[in-house]
Amino acid sequence: MALPNKPTWELLAEPDLTKVPVEEHTYDALLVGGGMAACGAAWEIGKWLPDGATCALVDKAALERSGAVAQGLSAINTYIGENTPSDYVRMVRNDLMGVVREDLIFDLGRHVDDSVHHFEEWGLPIWKQKGDEGKKLTEGGKPVRTGKWQIMINGESYKCIVAEAAKAALEEKGYDLYERIFIVKLLLDANKENTIAGAVGFSVRENKVHIFKCKAMLVACGGAVNIFRPRSTDEGKGRAWYPVWNAGSTYTMCMQVGAEMTMMENRFTPSRFKDGYGPVGAWFLLFKATVTNGYGEHYVKSDRAKAELEKYAPYGLAPVTPTCLRNHLMLFEMKEGRGPIFMDTAAALNAFLEEKKAQGMDEKALKRYWKELESEAWEDFLDMSVGQAGLWASMNIEPEKVGSEIMPTEPYMLGSHSGCCGIWVSGPNEDWVPDEYKWGYNRMTTVNGLFTAGDGVGASGHKFSSGAHAEGRMAAKAMARYIRDNADFAPSLKQSEEELKEEIYKPVKVYYENYQKTTDEMVNPNYIKPRHMMERLMKYTDEYGGGWSPYYMTNGKLLEIVMKHLQWLREDSEKMAAGGLHELLRAWENLHRIWTVEDHLRHIQFREESRYPGFYYRGDFMQADDKDFDAGGWKCFVNSKYDPNTGEWTCMKKKCYQIISD
Amino acid sequence: MPSFVNPEKCDGCKGGEKTACMYICPNDLMVLNPDEMRAYNQEPDQCWECYSCVKICPQGAIEVRHYADICPMGGYVQPMRGTDSIMWTIKFRNGNMKRFKFPIRTTPEGSIKPYDGKPSPGADQLDNELLFTETADSDRATCKPSDFA
Repeated sequence: MALPNKPTWELLAEPDLTKVPVEEHTYDALLVGGGMAACGAAWEIGKWLPDGATCALVDKAALERSGAVAQGLSAINTYIGENTPSDYVRMVRNDLMGVVREDLIFDLGRHVDDSVHHFEEWGLPIWKQKGDEGKKLTEGGKPVRTGKWQIMINGESYKCIVAEAAKAALEEKGYDLYERIFIVKLLLDANKENTIAGAVGFSVRENKVHIFKCKAMLVACGGAVNIFRPRSTDEGKGRAWYPVWNAGSTYTMCMQVGAEMTMMENRFTPSRFKDGYGPVGAWFLLFKATVTNGYGEHYVKSDRAKAELEKYAPYGLAPVTPTCLRNHLMLFEMKEGRGPIFMDTAAALNAFLEEKKAQGMDEKALKRYWKELESEAWEDFLDMSVGQAGLWASMNIEPEKVGSEIMPTEPYMLGSHSGCCGIWVSGPNEDWVPDEYKWGYNRMTTVNGLFTAGDGVGASGHKFSSGAHAEGRMAAKAMARYIRDNADFAPSLKQSEEELKEEIYKPVKVYYENYQKTTDEMVNPNYIKPRHMMERLMKYTDEYGGGWSPYYMTNGKLLEIVMKHLQWLREDSEKMAAGGLHELLRAWENLHRIWTVEDHLRHIQFREESRYPGFYYRGDFMQADDKDFDAGGWKCFVNSKYDPNTGEWTCMKKKCYQIISD
Repeated sequence: MPSFVNPEKCDGCKGGEKTACMYICPNDLMVLNPDEMRAYNQEPDQCWECYSCVKICPQGAIEVRHYADICPMGGYVQPMRGTDSIMWTIKFRNGNMKRFKFPIRTTPEGSIKPYDGKPSPGADQLDNELLFTETADSDRATCKPSDFA
């Protein structure tokens, strides 16, 4: 048997760079990413760019199943419908503990329903109330609302449908679509200060480097996953709650060219069905299930829970408890020794049946009703989290007979779900938007010509799938305006083709120069494998940066230690080694992860309070301050900026304006 | 594991222009071994169990053996995805079975014409904040916070 000191990847990386061609492309508009936001942008931009303009979308996966909605979804969580954009702002503001960009949220609330209406037109089945079946939303059909903002769908093919529309739009306009090319680095213009000029990446299917030049760019590559130690110990770490392929690329790539970041201290630590991470929204909202502690007590109603919430007034006392504080109550019970926490699925489902029985429903009708109810309960998983259905099947769990444990997961970073980390962008160019919030082009970052959407836009969570799509469209229109206003701009790059190729393929070079110096390619003192890099990152962020193992607790001292480890990780990333194209993908993803987490922890270090109790705690500053920026308090944004010229990182406070009344 | 491939059924998509599972996997996990003409999952512990490969495989050769560190053995969830609906079979560890069928789309695959019948706003509309499908007489699209004061 051969020694295990050879690469085992099916598609090997080419160490001889003379055999790695570089392809250069020039476009007016470049869309980087393939999820909901990028698909929205692909559709919108075709109607705004002038005839003869060029555009391309570059995706590291295949558009049909790319992004967070790849697997499908069982609900659309943002549909304004009969509500108002103002109420939408109030909901998001309260859930995110007061510090949000109300201009961005209000703006999104104006446009999001239009995207939903088109999903339905394109073929997405949206549940309707009895009597309205077959009637579209635009025809007055009433959706099945689970909460004030959510509507239920048959969403297995949600992404396929949205991607089909995007692809058809690109094709009709003669724009290009590149799949399986991973953009890893953005490029600033050689002449014009602080202006985007292009991006570089590589194919994961053949040994080829791609350089794109453009006038305006959208970067929408999702959030960050696999950045803190997962609760799973082996294979199960693939069952991340958010898509495992989101590697912080959006944040890192924009940060590295100097884009100002905002609220990167925010993270999302969802409470989900333990291990399978199946959704709980429908169980809470549609099936009216309640949670109990290990002793069957509805702990959220206890006096001790009320006392905990009072500590975080006014948010804790709001009619709807913010997501982080619901976590806080759960963690409080667990730490006090009253775990595990159960979702009482059995009581919830049986209550429906009892209600029907009491109304006099006969046995046969009752049986049919139960079939529907059971089917709805399972579809919730099968549409978007099949692994959870697999776990229930493996554990013989029938939800009508027994409850299931729920548990807060490892932390994730994102800006479109119930989190709000991301990039500081301009709001709409309208009178009511404070001057500090707008610089001409909606959703443009602080780098000229660089736009983002979805998980990329910070301080404005609760967009979800529909909002990300709408936001991609909003950004796309602004890009078209930017391109019109900068028609004379001819992007030129600072680096040569050869320099860029060397940089992209560096892990390949490191690998092939060293892999036969030991008898096992995984153990080699001259390099580190991307897998080991990620594991070291996740261990230390967990222990020192407030992961699940210390119950999300950190402090100034612990953060000092993790900063040292992050510095070492960044230094060691120079020695990452990749023998195959898949491993080269992982090497670059992990570099993105390291930078993203470093910014996250720098923000937590800077903000001397615990703004999101239940998501993370600063043991040395346990309060969540309601004192305004002008009074020296922390009810303000924390922004950060990495300077690409000096390599310096700075954090700063930014004022948070209330636009919508209480 | 994640997804695994039955070597009896997998033919490497030799009849097609691309290997379906390799084409679709969002995490670049499925890969074809051209010597064996069989596909496999090259990094099972990074599999999201999203079932994209399972659903697309023309031979029905891909299944999922649920995560070893989480799941007791014997559970099984397998879909059959058609053009307008999907049928799921769930087998429990204790042998119980459940079957569910759900609609997936209301229009034929490939039928979307995203610009047909839609407005084509002029270049003079580029400076406002309306999306191309929205018009100035839409209250929702043009509203301002003061409208709700």
